[in-house]
Formats: sequence, C-alpha cells, structure tokens
Amino acid sequence: MDKLDFSGLCSRPFSEKSSAHLEDLSAITSSVQDFPLPQVQDVDRFESEVMAYVKPNHGTTTLGFIFKHGVIIAVDSRASMGSYISSQTVKKVIEINPYLLGTMAGGAADCQFWQRNLGQQCRLYELNNGKRISVRAASKLLANVMFSYKGYGLSMGTMVAGYDPTGPGLYYVDSDGQRTKGQIFSVGSGSLYAYGVLDNGYKWDMEVEDAIELGRRSIYHATFRDAVSGGTVSVYHVTANGWKKVRGDDVGELHYEYYPAAEAHPCFGTDPLEAA
Amino acid sequence: MSIFEYNGAAIVAMAGKECVAIGSDLRFGVQFQTLATDYKKVYKIHDKLFIGLAGLGTDAQTMYQKLKFRHNLYKLREERNIKPSTFGELVSSVLYEKRFGPYFVSPVIAGLDDKTSAPYICGMDTIGAIETADDFMVAGTAPDSLYGMCESMFRPDMEPEELFETVTQCLMSGADRDALSGWGAIVYVITKDKVVARTLKGRMD
Repeated sequence: MDKLDFSGLCSRPFSEKSSAHLEDLSAITSSVQDFPLPQVQDVDRFESEVMAYVKPNHGTTTLGFIFKHGVIIAVDSRASMGSYISSQTVKKVIEINPYLLGTMAGGAADCQFWQRNLGQQCRLYELNNGKRISVRAASKLLANVMFSYKGYGLSMGTMVAGYDPTGPGLYYVDSDGQRTKGQIFSVGSGSLYAYGVLDNGYKWDMEVEDAIELGRRSIYHATFRDAVSGGTVSVYHVTANGWKKVRGDDVGELHYEYYPAAEAHPCFGTDPLEAA
Repeated sequence: MSIFEYNGAAIVAMAGKECVAIGSDLRFGVQFQTLATDYKKVYKIHDKLFIGLAGLGTDAQTMYQKLKFRHNLYKLREERNIKPSTFGELVSSVLYEKRFGPYFVSPVIAGLDDKTSAPYICGMDTIGAIETADDFMVAGTAPDSLYGMCESMFRPDMEPEELFETVTQCLMSGADRDALSGWGAIVYVITKDKVVARTLKGRMD
C-alpha cells in the first residue's frame, strides 16, 4: 500500500535514535504522518468524490483582530451539513496552549485533528528548546503540514492567534498552504457580513470592553444574515498573560437584546401581498 | 442545490376538533443569504380556507394570484365560497396544467367545511398529486424535522388553544434544525366563528 512519507519535511531530527525518550516522541508525531491512501486507480478523482461525505461544518463565521490591548477572537457555534443544522454547540476555538488559540472553519475533523497536532508540536518545541514557541513559528508549523498535504482534499481556513515576547500575533492559514500575517481577519461563509461590521467599528486604540463588543456584534450580524452561521457567540481575549474566554451568548437571546421590538427591525417591513 | 431550496420555507397544518391551524416561518432568503424576516408563506382564500405555498418564491406568488383569480370567478358564478375539498381539486388541476414545466411549489391546504365544521387538510406535489390527511401536513425545506415533530406532538381532537400551541412548537422546533427556514413564524387558527393569527418570535439565526 502506498503511504505518504513526509519525514523529509519534518523539522524535528529523525536520526537521533539514541535516546529512548526521543524515540517515544517520534512515535507520536510520525504516526500521524503516514495515512494510508485508498487503493484506487485515480486517487484525485476518488478524493473529490468522497469529499462531499467528510465535510460537515461548512457554514461558519470566525474573526480575529489585533488592537492596542491584545487580540480578540470571536466565533459562532453552528455545524451544518448542507442546509441541515447538525449542531448548535460546536467549539470552534481550539485552545492550543495557554497563549495560543486556533479557530475552525471548513472541515470539522480536519481542523480538530491538525490543530491538536499543532498543539503537540508546540509542546515538543517547548520541551526541546526550553522556551515557548512564537505565534509566527506555530503558524508556520501548521502551514507546513497544510502544504505537505496540498491536493489531498483537506479543508480548513484557520486563524492562529496568540501572544509571545514580540507581542500579539495573528496569522491566517488555510488548506491551500497559504499563510498570511495580519491585523484583522474573518474566515468562513459569514465572513463578509462580519467584515462589514468589523471594518466599520475597528480602531487600534479601542478599550478592551469595546473591542469585545465589536467582536460579538460582528459575529451576531453574520449569524443573522448567513443561514449556516448561528448558535452562540464566543469571544476570547488574548493578552501577555494568555487567553481568557470573555463571552458566550446564545444568539436566540442576543437578537432580542439588540432589537427588543421585533417589528422595529429593518428586515421587518410591509408585505407587498397584503395590499393585494 | 435543488430549486425547492432556493428561498427556504417551513409550513405546518394540523387538524383539531372543529378547528384547523396552519402556519409558516417568516424567512425569505436567496440560498444561504437571509433577505427578509417578514415573508409569510400562508395565504388566505376566504375566512375558512388558507393555503401555504412552499418552494420557489416567485412561483408561489404566481400560484397564489392564479388561485385567487380562480376563486373570484368561482364566487361570481356560484355566489358562495369554495369548499376546501373542491379548492384542493382546483389547485391540483391548475398544477397539472403545467405537467411538463411545473410550478416549483408544494402546497398545503387547510380549511373548515362551512356546514359541518369538519377540518380538511391536504398537501400535494408540484404537479398536483393530492394527499389528504386527517391529522397533519407539512411542506418546506425541512420536512423530516417537521414530520418528526408533528408525529410525536399530534393528538386527535385538540381544542383551538392546544392546537395553536402544538403547531407552534412543531413549526419552531422543526425550523430550528433547518438553516433555510425560521426567523420567526406566523400561525393561523381557524374555528367556525373566527380566525386567530399570531406572529411568533423565534431564533433569528
């Protein structure tokens, strides 16, 4: 059976087999790097056919931005398969370590697996080097994995956010292998709606409370317009002391907090057929 | 994606004791984009007869206009309101006229018989195959969820208030599992001497 061998791409040295301890560690990480390929003539075609079955959680809204007092990460919590809502309580922020967060958009399994794998790699980095990994390096580890699996049908659009000695960091990494550093990102089917609110309200020197509210409101508006985003809005704040979850609001209640009178909402107008 | 899922809808009709209820969600969208949250999909034919039209919005509106026209002609000729079962046959034949290029709608009809106050409920496919039911009928983009709710909540011979509560719960909970419907609902309860319409607040995501 064909196997993918990415040992050449791995930054960790494989040759040092002298230490039993190191051997154990290599067993952990190398095991994820040789998935068996299906025994079919045309792998590419088979993968694209099978993709439809392994891609729940397509609808999502996530956002992240850097401002004066750190990084804000905000996400929704809906998972869908086509138009069916399969869950309203998905955890789309992955807590890689106390200073690093990853967000989830695209395939749920791909995101969960590779972000946990990233957590593992980051921990090994700490053990080997005696210091915490930078956001830049962590996002690069993930991007390298994404690049090595390019063309195999992984589906993820993720943000890696955190704090290191150089300050706050925010990177966008996706399954095409793209990795971009930035101040403001929004990822997922509802991202355009979120950008609308986010870009309008963003200021570098915002107060922490205002930044949290901006993140929450941006996700709320995305859940309102985008049918496949919804559930709850979760907001995280990352500072030099690590990340902290600061909000978790059910959109079902949040809407009526923002718009107490249902009829007063701009989407509630007159019915053209009523006159007929 | 199917043309039936272009705009999104959830419709439920249920029979009670000398009463019927019919309701729809309020979302109007284009695929996954929500455009309005005040779009009713249940139309009044006369005081004791309502029709819910799920499916493609443009065809639903055209169908309603056609049916209203046909009912007006019927009234001029017969000098009385149409019977729910007769109206069902009318809708069916209007749909079958377009057998090879159908209107993309799935109608649900709910009405009370003028004389006996017996509830009448039926649904049909796009080309007019009638399916009558003496308990409930659903249509829209989440029929599985709606059927599941109705199947477990329905009890025979409910009074108007209980019927309203049951239809509301079925509609709202069913639509909560569907991305293309929801954003509030409207429910009509038809009894022999009045119609009660209630607009309901729901999840707006």
